[in-house]
Amino acid sequence: MLDLIIPSVMTMMTAATPLIFAATGELICEKSGVLNLGVEGMMLVGAVFGFIGATVTGDPYMGLVIGAFSGIMASLIFAILTLLLVSNQVATGLALTIFGTGLSALVGANYVGETIDRIRPLYVPDAADGPSVAQLFFGHDPVVYLGLLVLLACAGFLSRSRWGMILRAVGDSDVSAHAIGYPVIRIRFAAVAFGGMMAGIGGAYLSLAYTPLWAENMSAGRGWIALALVVFASWRPIRVLFGAVLFGGITIVQLNAQAIGLGIPGAIMSMLPYLATIIVLVLISSNAMRIRLNAPACLAQPFRAER
Amino acid sequence: MKTLNRVAVALFATLLSFGVSTSASADKTKVGFIYIGPPGDHGWTYAHDQGRLQLEKELGSQVETTFVESVKEGGPDAERAIAKLAQTGHKLIFTTSFGYMEPTLKVAKRFPNVKFEHATGYKRADNVSTYSARFYEGRYVQGVIAGQVSKSGVIGYIASFPIPEVIRGINAFMLGAQTQNPNIKVKVVWVYTWYDPGKEADAAKVLMDQGADIITQHTDSTAALQAAADRGIHAFGQASDMIQFAPKNQLTANMNTWGPYYVARTKAVLDGSWKSQDTWHGMGEGMVVMAPFTNMSSEVAALAQKTYDDLRSGKLHAFSGPINDQSGKQVVAAGAVADDGMLAGMKFYVEGVDGELPK
Repeated sequence: MLDLIIPSVMTMMTAATPLIFAATGELICEKSGVLNLGVEGMMLVGAVFGFIGATVTGDPYMGLVIGAFSGIMASLIFAILTLLLVSNQVATGLALTIFGTGLSALVGANYVGETIDRIRPLYVPDAADGPSVAQLFFGHDPVVYLGLLVLLACAGFLSRSRWGMILRAVGDSDVSAHAIGYPVIRIRFAAVAFGGMMAGIGGAYLSLAYTPLWAENMSAGRGWIALALVVFASWRPIRVLFGAVLFGGITIVQLNAQAIGLGIPGAIMSMLPYLATIIVLVLISSNAMRIRLNAPACLAQPFRAER
Repeated sequence: MKTLNRVAVALFATLLSFGVSTSASADKTKVGFIYIGPPGDHGWTYAHDQGRLQLEKELGSQVETTFVESVKEGGPDAERAIAKLAQTGHKLIFTTSFGYMEPTLKVAKRFPNVKFEHATGYKRADNVSTYSARFYEGRYVQGVIAGQVSKSGVIGYIASFPIPEVIRGINAFMLGAQTQNPNIKVKVVWVYTWYDPGKEADAAKVLMDQGADIITQHTDSTAALQAAADRGIHAFGQASDMIQFAPKNQLTANMNTWGPYYVARTKAVLDGSWKSQDTWHGMGEGMVVMAPFTNMSSEVAALAQKTYDDLRSGKLHAFSGPINDQSGKQVVAAGAVADDGMLAGMKFYVEGVDGELPK
């Protein structure tokens, strides 16, 4: 049994990591009052430039950095349009997804079929020994740990730090935050850029570690799942983590159950990750008061500094 | 210009789930293609796009081709995309995935003067033909190879949707494998997608965790093959030769060759002889071709080649009796072969396949 559980947990964490990055980034962005629906596009941009970066430099970690940087660049387009030119955030976010999908397909066309040196796990036990429990703690690749760290840091930042409070204030009442002298636009720029960076890393993780290859549209909707996670987790980082791991976990469990041959219809099994994640997160976030408390009041509202 | 078109296509494709790139010129006949994935998938759509390119190469002076990529199956998206092609003067439209069946028929009704060709479907109309390839013949060859190469006797099979085309592939694979190893096990995982590299790779990992030492997939990307290569086990390419993705691990690949068919059907439209028909070509006609047999001993390669040759010449049929279904009931008698009706509507597993067929 352990022979099956350990590899499953390993695969589960790999499946959850891109979601953890993208959703945490989007959470910070939304907490500042900006709704960026371009996560899928930014992930694809991160995936393709991360992959190209790894091909050119020969170092997957350089690829990850380049992927993060390209995610920032993509998000800055969005930030300039929505924050400076006050375009509609929903429409601009959708456009960013479309742009990212097209751009990544275009620049990635020549890299389809290239192979790279992938991001590898820190510790791999001898094949002869079989899976070991130590693997559960030390056997992931470094990016998995990085994702967990960043998520915890964001949770602490939001709830315990002064700057986290300022960020929340900007998202809850941009006018008040502006009135007491906080640079609303600049703070939102930073939050959007952080979201872009995280989506870029999440995307790059797909092309550098998850499936070390570049294929058009390879994120296959993970950006949208990340967006949904943020809402269903009612803007709480720890619940995002829970939701992402749950989603990844059930995906792997249902594949395993099929391979064992439990006789449950595959269509239902395929539905399970979505269904279970939504139900569980809705249940734990069912207190309407607390949702209102956590939801950024100014989400997707345009802000113009009047004075 | 071409790249600009590509950006435009990609932009539209995600906005409305479809987009059309056309550059009109009056005297050329326009031929349209609807793709389920991006041509860069190096699998199913790639193979269709190779066919389109061959069409352009051979009849480029008379025809102009358009393709719309990543069009979602079923529902309004596919219908809009197909209708858009029909509205913009395309005289012949190939819809290249099973799920386009109903949308194709619906649009065909509205445009009686446009000819439609739907891949892998079974419903036709006066202006709708169907065409498919006997992919299962290639699966049979793969099964023979897997039966010889597998040490654990467990094969991992990643399947997309429980439709006859996919089920046929699983059964043919099993029958081929059983000729070499009667106790071979085939574990099937349904991923309910044609294209999601991440999920395909996850399924491959899960199957390998459960002891499979050969992976084969009926999905469109190269991810499963690469996941297998990553762990140093053997796998097959799907729809096109994927050897460059796993030079040390690909045993062979089913290659779909659509070009000659696309050329022939376009010629029929040009000279007015086009008629609604059902085409189901296999190795004999060259629609299914095997990639070189690699990463196996010369004995196994010779055996595979012989199986391939026999299927091609018609000496061997992949579904030769006696064949029992999972419950042990005989479905094809000894000495007989499964007829096309049974193959086209196949909704059962043959004896020996692990697990239950989704209903």
